[in-house]
Amino acid sequence: MTTRARQRYLSDNPRFLAWVFMSPTVIYILALVGFPFVLAIIYAFTDITTGNPAIEFVGFDTIRAVLADPVFRRALGNTFWFAVVSNLLVVILATALAELLTRDFKGKWFVRFLILLPWVAPVSLATITWLWTLDSIFSPIDWVLRQVGLISENMFWLGRPQLAMGSVIAVQVWRIAPLAAVIVMAGLTAIPNDINDAVAVDGAGPWRRLFQVTIPLLAPIIAVAVLFGVILTISDMSVVFVLTRGGPTHSTQVLSTWAFFKGIEGGALGQGAAVALFLFPVLVGITAVILRLARRREVL
Amino acid sequence: MAIVEVRGLRKEFDDVVAVDGVDIRSEEGEFLVLLGPSGCGKTTLLRMIAGLEEPTDGEILLGGEQVNGLPPRARRVAMVFQSYALYPHMTVANNIAFPLKAQGSEPSERLDKVKWAAGLFGIEHLLNRRPRHLSGGERQRVALARALVREPSVFLLDEPLSNLDAKLRAAARDDLMEFQRRIGITTIYVTHDQVEAMGMGDRIAVMDHGKVRQLGTPEEVYHNPADTFVARFLGSPPMNLLEEEDFMFGFRPEQFLPEGVASDDNGRIPFTFYVSRIEYLGSERYLYGHIPGHEETKIIAMLPATVTLPLTENRDHQFSVAESQMRYFDRERGVSIPPQPLKT
Repeated sequence: MTTRARQRYLSDNPRFLAWVFMSPTVIYILALVGFPFVLAIIYAFTDITTGNPAIEFVGFDTIRAVLADPVFRRALGNTFWFAVVSNLLVVILATALAELLTRDFKGKWFVRFLILLPWVAPVSLATITWLWTLDSIFSPIDWVLRQVGLISENMFWLGRPQLAMGSVIAVQVWRIAPLAAVIVMAGLTAIPNDINDAVAVDGAGPWRRLFQVTIPLLAPIIAVAVLFGVILTISDMSVVFVLTRGGPTHSTQVLSTWAFFKGIEGGALGQGAAVALFLFPVLVGITAVILRLARRREVL
Repeated sequence: MAIVEVRGLRKEFDDVVAVDGVDIRSEEGEFLVLLGPSGCGKTTLLRMIAGLEEPTDGEILLGGEQVNGLPPRARRVAMVFQSYALYPHMTVANNIAFPLKAQGSEPSERLDKVKWAAGLFGIEHLLNRRPRHLSGGERQRVALARALVREPSVFLLDEPLSNLDAKLRAAARDDLMEFQRRIGITTIYVTHDQVEAMGMGDRIAVMDHGKVRQLGTPEEVYHNPADTFVARFLGSPPMNLLEEEDFMFGFRPEQFLPEGVASDDNGRIPFTFYVSRIEYLGSERYLYGHIPGHEETKIIAMLPATVTLPLTENRDHQFSVAESQMRYFDRERGVSIPPQPLKT
């Protein structure tokens, strides 16, 4: 067979095709995830700053300095509460939304569209809208509450430590609940109709159905939704960054924003990298736990 | 135990009429089969009796009481689904106990009932297993036990044997019959399998396009089909149907016998049968061909292996049908009519 004839069959060769199809992904991951990740590990063991970009290893000094910083400890605690509370709310809201969206009613497509909107809208744009909604002077929420007579002066949603945390959590829930709802919806539609019919014939009411059949069957799917939610909450900084920039007085500071402020705005690249890396084992741990939970559950 | 009755029952889904005015009344403790091709409305009818579907029109009575609008749990019916619909996250014991829990029965009583129901179907040793670790036959038994643990007044089954392989199916059919006889519970059984219907039913309701074409014992629907649909649907191969000028007539393939084989040649109607192909199937022979003058209609004769008469393909043979086995139908409406004089 001539070389040319051989080349004609190149597209039938699975080994060749594997390389062709895999390489974009491999290159993308190596360049944009792998390389920065390795760089961050290296930086965390140096005292590199934007003013002095020379790489000089200082052992664990940088990491020790970061851990000793009270703001870091505060950010760590905030990250924990931020992730736990918002995802707890997301799970409840998403399950309810999914139940609603699998029912048949008029105007269903419009409600679906409205619910998915927060997920489709660009994060920063949506968050800036919230920034205005929660503004200390012009907030429409305050205006409504004032008109109703519930408050006499503005709430300063983002200006008081506890309210600010609440606001950040609320916006985060608003943002990731649609994704979770869609995931849970997929799970709901995967439950065979016969199962729901059997529940009805067996004499169970709606609550028993929800807690003894639907939710146990959905558990693996809900675990997946939580996995995505937690990772999105811990690793993404846009909501906190746009709404409060971690304030007031670090009361909404989370690890991702703190890494950014330290490393990029403050110029302490080594310390920023160390803060960012602190998230890594946490995320790996969460992923492992949730995946194991998901696998242990019975699958249909 | 209770009598199931439906009156003028109708169900429309958007533009489709699934059940089109059905009247059926079961006997007490009867095994009633709803038989028909897929899409004939038999499952929809069963689901309306269970309360899973609300009728568009008509009445449903269980034990003499109207149950329209009542949810399934208020109807004291049990249902077994084609897929069994076991709860995959619960053990067999919890699956069977689920209807009892929903009923709010005492835990101690519950345990006894679960053991009783499991004992009925010989699955006591499976109580701690989960459904996915069970074979098809075992799953079916669990589904039956779960349905019966509440001692319902009516038992509804939707093609419960169709997910079993052929060998298991015969055994499961036997078990189910034996069990139904023992408990004497009014049972409504949906199937598209005529062998199941004939073998199990006290009576069969043959359905097509949302209507009951005929309701009768297996002998009645087989030997005296009410119309050409029932005549063609039952029997394998189906009844041979031939057209005359103003009516149709038919006979079963096993009634079409060669000359000299029938025990009594009196009262038989002779036909010339051109045999074009013979299939030898061990226990019987199928003869395919036509009757001269009716070339457009394929005729099948089924001879049992006990008829050893040599017959050859591509030749005319003398066959006959007993007059008492001839059936006549209206040409337009297809309904059964009294015997007509044949011109052939």
